[in-house]
Amino acid sequence: MSRVRADEEEYWHSSKFRAFTFDDEDDELSQLKESKRAVNSLRDIVDDDDDDLERVSWSGEPVGSISWSIKETASGSTSSLDGRDTSPQKGSSSYAALPKQASSYSLSSLFKGRNKLPSFQSLSDALTDTGVKNYAPELRRPKAEYKDYSSDWSPKDTVRRMQRGKVCSLERFRSLQDKLVLLDEAVAGHDGNVITAVLIFLKRTLRREILFRELEVRQVALCHLIHFLRETGEQKFLLDLLRFLDRTEEVALSQYREHLNIQDVEKRREFLKGCIGLPFSAEDTSHIQDHYTLLERQIIIEANDRHLEMAGQSELFRKYPRKASILNMPLVTTLFYSCFYHYTEAEGMFSSPTNLKKTFKIPDKQYVLTALAARAKLRAWGDVDALLTTKNWLGYTKKKAPIGFHRVVEILQRNNAPVQVLQEYVRLVEDVETRLNLATKYKCHDVVIETYRDLKDRIQLTAYKCKVERGSAEEEKINSILSN
Amino acid sequence: MAAHLSSGRVNLTALREAGRRELREFLDKCAGSKAIVWDEYLTGPFGLIAQYSLLKEHEVEKMFTLKPGRLPPADVKNIIFFVRPKLELMDIITDNVLREDRGRSPQRDFHILFVPRRSLLCEQWLKEQGVLGSFIHREQYSLDLIPFDGDLLSMESESAFKECYLESDQTSLYHAAKGLMTLQALYGTIPQIFGKGDCARHVANMMIRMKREFPGSQNSIFPVFDTLLLLDRNVDLLTPLATQLTYEGLIDEIYGIQNTYVKLPPEKFAPKKQGEGGKDLPTEPKKLQLNSAEELYAEIRDKNFNAVGSVLSKKAKIISAAFEERHHAKTVGEIKQFVSQLPHMQAARSSLANHTSIAELIKDITTSEDFFDNLTVEQEFMSGIDTDKVNNYIEDCIAQKHPLIKILRLVCLQSVCNSGLKQKVLDHYKREILQTYGFEHILTLNNLEKAGLLKPQTGGRNNYPTIRKTLRLWMDDVNEQNPNDISYVYSGYAPLSVRLAQLLARPGWRSIEEVLKMLPGPHFEERQQLPTGLQKKRQHGENRVTLVFFLGGVTYAEIAALRFLSQMEDGGTEYVIATTKLINGTTWIKSLMEKLEPAPF
Repeated sequence: MSRVRADEEEYWHSSKFRAFTFDDEDDELSQLKESKRAVNSLRDIVDDDDDDLERVSWSGEPVGSISWSIKETASGSTSSLDGRDTSPQKGSSSYAALPKQASSYSLSSLFKGRNKLPSFQSLSDALTDTGVKNYAPELRRPKAEYKDYSSDWSPKDTVRRMQRGKVCSLERFRSLQDKLVLLDEAVAGHDGNVITAVLIFLKRTLRREILFRELEVRQVALCHLIHFLRETGEQKFLLDLLRFLDRTEEVALSQYREHLNIQDVEKRREFLKGCIGLPFSAEDTSHIQDHYTLLERQIIIEANDRHLEMAGQSELFRKYPRKASILNMPLVTTLFYSCFYHYTEAEGMFSSPTNLKKTFKIPDKQYVLTALAARAKLRAWGDVDALLTTKNWLGYTKKKAPIGFHRVVEILQRNNAPVQVLQEYVRLVEDVETRLNLATKYKCHDVVIETYRDLKDRIQLTAYKCKVERGSAEEEKINSILSN
Repeated sequence: MAAHLSSGRVNLTALREAGRRELREFLDKCAGSKAIVWDEYLTGPFGLIAQYSLLKEHEVEKMFTLKPGRLPPADVKNIIFFVRPKLELMDIITDNVLREDRGRSPQRDFHILFVPRRSLLCEQWLKEQGVLGSFIHREQYSLDLIPFDGDLLSMESESAFKECYLESDQTSLYHAAKGLMTLQALYGTIPQIFGKGDCARHVANMMIRMKREFPGSQNSIFPVFDTLLLLDRNVDLLTPLATQLTYEGLIDEIYGIQNTYVKLPPEKFAPKKQGEGGKDLPTEPKKLQLNSAEELYAEIRDKNFNAVGSVLSKKAKIISAAFEERHHAKTVGEIKQFVSQLPHMQAARSSLANHTSIAELIKDITTSEDFFDNLTVEQEFMSGIDTDKVNNYIEDCIAQKHPLIKILRLVCLQSVCNSGLKQKVLDHYKREILQTYGFEHILTLNNLEKAGLLKPQTGGRNNYPTIRKTLRLWMDDVNEQNPNDISYVYSGYAPLSVRLAQLLARPGWRSIEEVLKMLPGPHFEERQQLPTGLQKKRQHGENRVTLVFFLGGVTYAEIAALRFLSQMEDGGTEYVIATTKLINGTTWIKSLMEKLEPAPF
């Protein structure tokens, strides 16, 4: 696992680095094997009934655990439950075994304040309460004080009571001043639950402009309201708020997010069109524009192709029926689709790959990769060749791959290209070591032999003889090189 | 059942027991037979507190998962919903209640138990739907800090980071403070509080305020913890992005550990007996519980994965030898002795079998070319190589449409290790990602930017090299087998967060003032007065106990690093770890992603 400070090219192309190797690979592997072997051999000695140690169902859920029981009781088979009852339950036994003292701890018993009614003091509490009083904030409201209509609480007390889960009436806070004090108290308490509750009250009882104005100077409360509006889906109110605050980019994104809720593609397209004018950052604006244009294209292509497919006229669609509609797919996926079904179309057509490339300024590298994958999948080796061939101004042709020929080989190989096709591109891999690796891996004998010849490596060449078929042309070639 | 909770320096069984107690009290409030309808997310955390038997003792006869529609028939007096306070869950409950057959007799009573906190917002929501009145008891169950292991507590609040750093919603911090108050009620007031970050500051403020507002809260328990260290996750955004390389960390990275359970592909877990196999290979994932109750797991969980193989093979030898003993057992007494040890030996053997299988599964992945390439890029970034230009490997992964989260982890890592990316580089990545994965991810990218994970470099200054050097975050000579530094958990990178904890213990933060200023948020120290009788007189050589609370999540590798520090002979400090959520880079990034409609295929 040591870091290799090698040249980027070197580690990326070559396969000589092994991933995450143990210091001594073989030793380590054998160690794992060793423990595996030991484990297996021990099976013969003892019956493998380790499940008795802790009752575990195959899924690993301990018998008696909550998630296990949901399945168990939901199935309604009470008999299986009763059946289990005879065996001691892990949970219950451990519970029973716990010392009384420990089990009398309870969060609520610890948090009884001095002047609170001991409303849920149980018998065991009374028995074990050996004079040591623990005073801590009450985490839970005693049941005696369920509802409280007393209206004399100060803002501070109100917030404190709400924090403890008591229902308080907020209606008595009438003046703006009172309401704001209440809000500030809630914020100081940091309990989002209470802050939100107060905000709901303010939202209902204050005019928008006033609420917005006051929230502008209360950032924490503001965040909570925004979160609340998002969660409850009050989009319009939210946008009004963000606009008021001049948070234009947020307005834009928030509005754009809405498109995800629109299922109908036509409506979605219309909606996206409306998003283009929103105040995004410059960079984002171009992405949103692209998103709209892409969907627009997809709708046209989809209508056209669905028709073609149904008509059954196109051989391509008959032979390779579409797995899904192209609507709402990413750009690169769309490009792949178009390279697959519409490769030869003129640039003027919306569905042609060159048109897509130009419209969305797809980089060369991305384009070649995608086109290559699509054409290789169709086993259109001629197209592959053309794609990688460039002509210079003198009319000479030259093979060029912006993605590197090793990647070309990988893609072709994944699509089961024949050796003849494969070796043509293996030969073009520049790095000798990578070339040898690929050629050996994919049995491009000619390339291996030629490379060794160029390297003048007799030893390797001789050794390679055993990899080729006896009496084959390759063997002959090796022999002739060796004898020269 | 809960023995592993008492194995550490602080006995966490008391916390679990307090939780059980409160649960029983609530159940008894609803007299008569009951059915519980579970928010599925809660069953995992609750499973760490109680088992079905406890519920059954309190007349819980049926349990269902919460889902829309009519509630299943069950002849019980009470229907209790155990739910998180989430609006979408309230909608389901509303649906359940409205569909209840009013004509049925006897009528069933409804109750809600909110976990961890009652929500006025939810109740308002239920009121608007006209069902609030249907509930007799509406209570809260403050399951703030759940004991996961002898030295580990988690709130399992998955959205805590997002809420704190993206939405500025501090509710989870409030819960954290509440949880700390509970902890202090059980284990004594913590005399010293240190912190770094805005959220840390908030939590400390809340604790102090809560204490002040309840003057009666002064308790008379001898303090178990000496120090509390509150750390914001956004002080160290780097660590969770890197791939964890400890055994437990890798299990989590690859298979995901949830509430101490992991689900594994069943193939490697051979059928029970030889000869029987082959026919019905299990297709369901194998589920295992992972905690320190299992001796072997406790030994290997925190090791670098490269050091796991040798331990397993050593164990195998010991167990084989132990079984061989049976040949030497001649007398009845000897045989008896052997037989009495059998259960223990069988448990050890089965544990060894499981972990050998898991190690094999992980090794298949860690030896793959892609894992290595990914790791190499991560390590280059962390050691400061080529962080300022477009990375070829990342580009290649995008071209091959590797999972988006993997891409985001790498790009964010690069951004963090460069104190932000150059605008040109950032724009390039953004365009590639949007074109390949869909334009709607602009929302996710925006979230990452808001959280500071992915951002343009401002002011053209890269602070990371200074931070790296001062805190010694990158160690070139790392010893994975017999580590002498925490950097072993990432095979070279020492987690920043844990380095801060280490330096706080010795020699103190004053030595790194400059770097602390470069990291976001304030750093501070507070003291809580103890009554004279409770002040600790430390025995010579006695270790201090520090509670490190990670606000926004902690990884298993960071936990391993803290455990390593606890075990250092001259360390002088033992650590207990608390967090809002156990995370890894994937779950963390996922929590920040905009929820999109599921793809059509």
